[in-house]
This record gives sequence, C-alpha cells and structure tokens, in this order.
Amino acid sequence: MDGIKDKVAIVGMGCTKFGERWDKGVEDLIVEAAYEAFEDAGIEPKDVQAAWIGTVFSGLSAITLSPLQLQYIPVTRVENMCATGSEALRAASYAVAAGVCDIALAVGVEKLKDSGATGVKGPSVVGDNQDGSSGIGPGYSAPASFAYLATRYFHDYKIAPEEGKRLLAKIAVKNHHNGSLNPKAHFQNELTVEQVVNAPIIAWPLGLFDCCGVSDGASVAVVTRADMAKQFRDDPVYIKGLQICVGARQGAMRQDYDFVHIEENVLGSRRAYAEAGIKDPRKELSCAEVHDCFSIHEMIVYEDLGFSPRGRAGEDIEAGTFTLEGELPVNTDGGLKCFGHPLGASGLRMMYEVYKQLQGKAGPRQVKNPRLGLTHNLGGNAGTGICSCFIVGNEK
Amino acid sequence: MVGITSVGAYIPVYRLNRDEIARIWAGRSIGGTRAVAGYDEDTVTMAVAATLDCLARRESEVNGFSLATTTAPYKEKQSAAIIASAADLSGECHTADFTDSLRALTIAVKSAIDAVKSGSARNVVVTASDCRMGAAMGTLEQVLGDGAAALMIGSEGVIAEVEGSYSVFNDFTDFWRAEDDAFIRSAEGRFIDDVGYLPTMQEAISGLMDKYDLTSKDFSKIVYYAADARQHAGLARRMKFDKDQVQEPLYDKIGNTGTAAALLMLLAALEDSKAGDRLLFVSYGDGSDAFILRVTEDISIIRDRPVIKDRLAGKVSISYGQYLNWRNLVPVEASTLPERPALSLPSRWRERRAISALYGAKCKKCGTPQISQIGQTPRVCVNCQARDEFEDYKFSDKKGILFSYAIDRLQPTLNPPGVNGVIDFDGGGRLICELTDCDLDEVGVGMPVEMTYRKMFYSRGINNYFWKAKPVSD
Repeated sequence: MDGIKDKVAIVGMGCTKFGERWDKGVEDLIVEAAYEAFEDAGIEPKDVQAAWIGTVFSGLSAITLSPLQLQYIPVTRVENMCATGSEALRAASYAVAAGVCDIALAVGVEKLKDSGATGVKGPSVVGDNQDGSSGIGPGYSAPASFAYLATRYFHDYKIAPEEGKRLLAKIAVKNHHNGSLNPKAHFQNELTVEQVVNAPIIAWPLGLFDCCGVSDGASVAVVTRADMAKQFRDDPVYIKGLQICVGARQGAMRQDYDFVHIEENVLGSRRAYAEAGIKDPRKELSCAEVHDCFSIHEMIVYEDLGFSPRGRAGEDIEAGTFTLEGELPVNTDGGLKCFGHPLGASGLRMMYEVYKQLQGKAGPRQVKNPRLGLTHNLGGNAGTGICSCFIVGNEK
Repeated sequence: MVGITSVGAYIPVYRLNRDEIARIWAGRSIGGTRAVAGYDEDTVTMAVAATLDCLARRESEVNGFSLATTTAPYKEKQSAAIIASAADLSGECHTADFTDSLRALTIAVKSAIDAVKSGSARNVVVTASDCRMGAAMGTLEQVLGDGAAALMIGSEGVIAEVEGSYSVFNDFTDFWRAEDDAFIRSAEGRFIDDVGYLPTMQEAISGLMDKYDLTSKDFSKIVYYAADARQHAGLARRMKFDKDQVQEPLYDKIGNTGTAAALLMLLAALEDSKAGDRLLFVSYGDGSDAFILRVTEDISIIRDRPVIKDRLAGKVSISYGQYLNWRNLVPVEASTLPERPALSLPSRWRERRAISALYGAKCKKCGTPQISQIGQTPRVCVNCQARDEFEDYKFSDKKGILFSYAIDRLQPTLNPPGVNGVIDFDGGGRLICELTDCDLDEVGVGMPVEMTYRKMFYSRGINNYFWKAKPVSD
C-alpha cells in the first residue's frame, strides 16, 4: 500500500470571505472562490477535467456546481458532514493519483444563512433519517453534544469548573486574535478571557464564545499530478496524507468510551502521520488547522492528534504552545471560531490557510520556516464521529 | 377469593401552590398545592408509570389491561394499547379504555372482577389516570390535580378481597365537557350537592349496606370520591360517619385527580390497614359504585413498600407561568432554531419494540447489552461484530448512572434548559438520551438514574412517546 504521499499537488486555491453573506447566493460563493483558484493556478475553467463538490445542505447532486458552467465534464457531489469539504479534496486527489485525470477541482460550499434559523439545521441526532425520523433521538443542540466532553474532561482530570472555563477561554482568545489578522474571517475582533468566561452559557460549561459561528462561505482547490505541478507554479503544495476515520457509534453505545478523547481523531491522525512519514507531529508540523467547532474540542484535539500528552493540553494552553508565536501554531487563520462553520466549505477553507502558510503568503499570520501543515475536521460528535486528517507540505 | 392483588401509583413531582394561582388572578385561594403533570407528561405517561409500579409489586401473567380516564390523548386511538406496549404486556392481553365518566375506574374494576370470576382472565390490571383542565380564574383550576393509580384484580395473592358491591347509575349533569370543550363545565354547586352528589352517594352506600346487612360501624375505613374537600366533608356529615373512619382525600396536597382520585385515597387507606380490616370504597360519576373490601395478610406487600406516602409531597414547585406554558394555555414565541425532521410513522412502526418498551439487544456471543439512541435494532454487535446473534434485552426496567451530561440552553423544550445525559446501565449498555424531572443543582456525573416513559413532542396530531432518564426517586 503506497498511500497518496507526493503523488498529487495543489496548484491553486480560492476562498471567499466568510460571514453572513445575505446578498450572495450559493452560486456567488462558488464563482467567487473558484475564479480565485483558477487565477491562482493560472488555468481556465475549460482546463478542469473532473470536479467534486462538497455540500451538506446547499444543493443536491453535482448540478449544484452548474454556476461554473463547466462543459459536460464528470462532476460528483460528496457529503460527509463536517468533513464534507475535505472529502471533495480527497476525491479529486484520488482521481488524479489514479491517473484518470490531470487537473481536478475540489469545491466546498455552504449557504447556512438562507435557512432563516440561528443554528445548523438537519437531523438532531447523527444518523436520523432526513426524510423523517422515529422522533426518539434526544433533541439537544450541537453545543450540548460537545458539553459532554467538557463535563467529563473536567471531572476526570479534576479541573475546577472556573479553571476549566479559563483554559477553554484562552483557546477562543487565541483564535480571535488570529482571526483579527484575517480579512476573510467572519469575526475579526479580539476577545479577552474575561469576555469569554462571562459570556452567556449555551450548554454548561460552554458559553457563547466557546462556540463557533454560523456562516456562509466557499473554498476551492485545483489539484494536479505532482510531477506536473511546477508547470503551474513554483510553489505548489504537495499532498502527504489524506485520511478519513469513521466511528460506528461505539462511543454512544459502549461503556468503555471515556468522553475525554475521540477515537476517530486518534486513529485518523495516526494513519495520516504514517502515510506522510511523520514521527513527531508536534516537532515536524509547522502549523495545523483543527476543528474548533467548540473550544473543548480544540483542547481535546491537541491530545488526540499527539500535540500534547494525554491530560496535559492545559499546560500547553497556558504555555502558549499553539499561538502564532508558539511551538506549533494552531488555527492561524482564526479557525471555525472566527470563520464560522459552513459545513461543506470548512475543510477546504482550512486547507486554503495551510496552503498560503506553506507558500509564505499568510501575511501578518505567517509562521516561520513552514514545511508541513495539517487540516483536521470532525463530523458528528463524541460517540460517533467522522474525522478527516490531511497533511500537506511544500517540498516533494 | 377475588380481589386486589397489587397496586401502583404515580403522582408527578411538580406542585403548583394554590396561593400562587389566586395571587395571579387576585382571587381567593382554597389553600394547599395541586400536582401538575410535567411538561412531558400526560394521561398516558402517568398511566405507564402507575402500571409499571403495580406490575413491579407482583409478578403475574396479565391477561387484561384497562385504562380509566376522562382525558385520553386521542379521540380515536386506544390509549390502553399504548400503555400496555410500554409496560411490555403480552400481545394477547385484552386491552380497553373506559372513558367519559369519573366513575370509569370502578366500572373497569367491575368488569375485571367479572372477568376473573368467570375465568376468562386470571389477572387484570386497571389503571386510572387523569389530567383534567379547569379554565383560568375558575375554581376547578385550583381544585384539580394530575395523577394516576393502578390495581391488579386476581384470585391469587389477594391483598383486599372484594366481598360485595352495589351500583346505581344516574343521568345527572354536574360536571361535563362537550366534544369541543377544552375545559370542564359545571353546574351550580348547591344544586350539584343537594340533587346529585349527596343523594346518589347515599343511595349507593345505603344500598350496599342494606344488601349485605352492614352498618358504617362495620368499616375500619370509608373511602369515597368527592369533587372537592368541601363536598367530601359534606357527605361525611350527612352520613354521620365517624371522623376517624373517613379517609382523608389528599386534595390538600395533590388535588382532585379525577378517575384516579378515589383509588389514590384507597391506596393511602390500604397503607395504614391491617389484615382483617374492612373498607368501604365508593366512586362517583353518572352514578356510583360501592365496594366492600376485606384486607388480608398479604397487605404486607404494601406496608413494606409504601405506594403513595413518599409521593404526596411535591419535589419541585412551579410557577403559574410554567403551568400555562406546559399545558399550552398561552401562545409563546416560536423557536428561531431549525425544526426537527418530521416524524415517520413507518420508522416508528419498525422500531416499535425499542420505542415502546425500550428494547435493545444482547449479543449471544460476547454478552454485550446494546441499544441505539435512534432505535435501530443492532444487526452487527458493537463489541465483537458478530452478525445477527442477538437476543432481546429490555432497558426500560434497568437503572443506571449518569456518565456525562449536558444542560442545553438552545434545546427546544417547554421546560428550558434541556437536560441530556450519557446513561450507563447497570449490567451494561449505554444510551444518550434526554433527562427529565431534574433538580439542576443535583445533576452531576455519577447520579443514579432510572427510565421513565414521556412525551417527546406532539406533531401533526401524533403524541410522540419515548423514554427519558430521571433521577432515581427511591
């Protein structure tokens, strides 16, 4: 088994401004991101040989991509909850690696703010049938499904609630600082620990600022064969690992699941490191974009992905390990916290930031001597998750 | 010997102070509190709880189940079948709803006695449950209460033998509710007492005593229905009952629970009874049924495990605003959150075992009990991946502990915030589900919980029932 390492390169990317884009439709978001990517790659739309579009709520089927007027090429819509955008990139990369096309497009888009609702619509319980459920699943919100983790993490590691909330707040403060440096972020304001700690509670211990926003956005990648990449640009970004790891409700049904880690994150990242040839992610990764849908999840991800020893993420938060100036900057663009979470777009939005970082084009957010970057999504929740863990680098 | 072989009761934990009602309307309080069914409770859910309580006290093959109520959730669709499914009774059980009369309980009990005597059934459970509504600012709003009570009629292990009975019917319009009425209407109080209640009760009681050649002195306790405490005292005066003989009606603490009221009083009387005691038990509503009950040695099963003593005191006080909201009596702002997916009847039907009695499965290979939060029956074991090697495994009667929890301010619920938990069942199996009847200050990791049948939501005319966890009450 060879793996994907160094077979495929990203040669162009685009990303819309994320936010409440009341005056833009799905078609506007797709065109905005795609044409930035075409221009970045130096290609015309007609050069695209195959495309994958990822969206959860914003359109059924490949026809969702019709605004681009691609002329009779193979297009497929993919969906994998919060990992949907990443799934589109995985499919495009695999097609190129398989040799069935040379230039493929990965599109992620979500127009959440057309729902007229303040949250994310859809099944309240992971796996409930969209066309009608048995109506028995608990009707709790997404923040509540991650509050289980925080409650249990504080309990198991004997962290006092006030102390725990302060640690979580530091994650939000860090991500908001990064977002304040990013013109494409939905939220570009700084926060203080006091503001986060004192914000209204949504699902104890998670307050308003422990939760990511709800936004519209799109992001697009152009991928090609690694050996052709330099024909497009001098600084392509090479795919090193693409892993998806899906739970089967084990954590929701088995008493041996602890609710202080997410097994899908652990296994997905270990496989991605193996595929990419990474031994020590904390040392080797230059930056990481992880799924900070709720602050507690970013904290647990530090441990799940091997950045921090088990139970000791708090020490790294206190030490500033994951700030822009820290040992391993995490969510340098502001994360889901500042971009919100248009599900289909998020994975590719993360990749957009890592791509720019590896090219040295991240402006005031630029990390030093970048070599390898990581993107990570978790769909579903603790108990049954869909993890994507991708690794890319700027050297072949 | 045919008689009562088991009993059960359910009184909601919520109490509304009558002074609070009176304060809202600048009216007069009759004092005390009334029991209020929770936001997720109704006649059916309370009946399930009382029925399970009754079944838990005596393991029996149940051949008949009847619900007595004036407040069935459906006008067309049997509630007894819903309750029997939740209580996991055999599919051959004969189910019936006895409705429309406050006397429905004793009408059902007479049928049950006849069934057992005739040999067509060995054990019949009769459960009374009511959630009656008085209109705002009215007397009934204060007087009424919500609750349920159950008894089993059989011939083995009788705790109170039915020695005799006497019935009269009477087409008298004192309290009524027409097809389109949300609230009970009533006639003038003095007219009700003088022409209806008092003479009818007297006729039934005197008729019974004449028939069996007894006087009131032959009874250690006299238990009878009345619309309210004043009427209750009025009959005692008229019949010249000894004050000590008359069972207190519980109206001060829980209110008049309709079809369940007299039975709840009887259960309170039985808790204080000893073998050999003779009780007079009289219902009322469109007539009256009077019974002579003789307590046996087996009464110890009630004395050892009281039925209502611990349940009379409310655990949670609610405001009048909560009461209005829970009973859908006031328009409230619609949620701005996305709606849940529509209810699928085929899906509910497929998953009926899981939904009704909270069945999961146990792997025959590795022994792991398992249940899915969306009701899907496991096909491949979550532990050892064996395919289709399962036996049925019921979770509704298992206790558990709260492994983790989430108190949710966004959750659409009539009683915010929503409380949800990861339940680890004793003996294995984990379920993520909603919690109810919680004191928020007491919710914590490791809290012991048990399962309770509740109404999840109402949608397109369908009452969507399922199980939630609640703090262990005993």
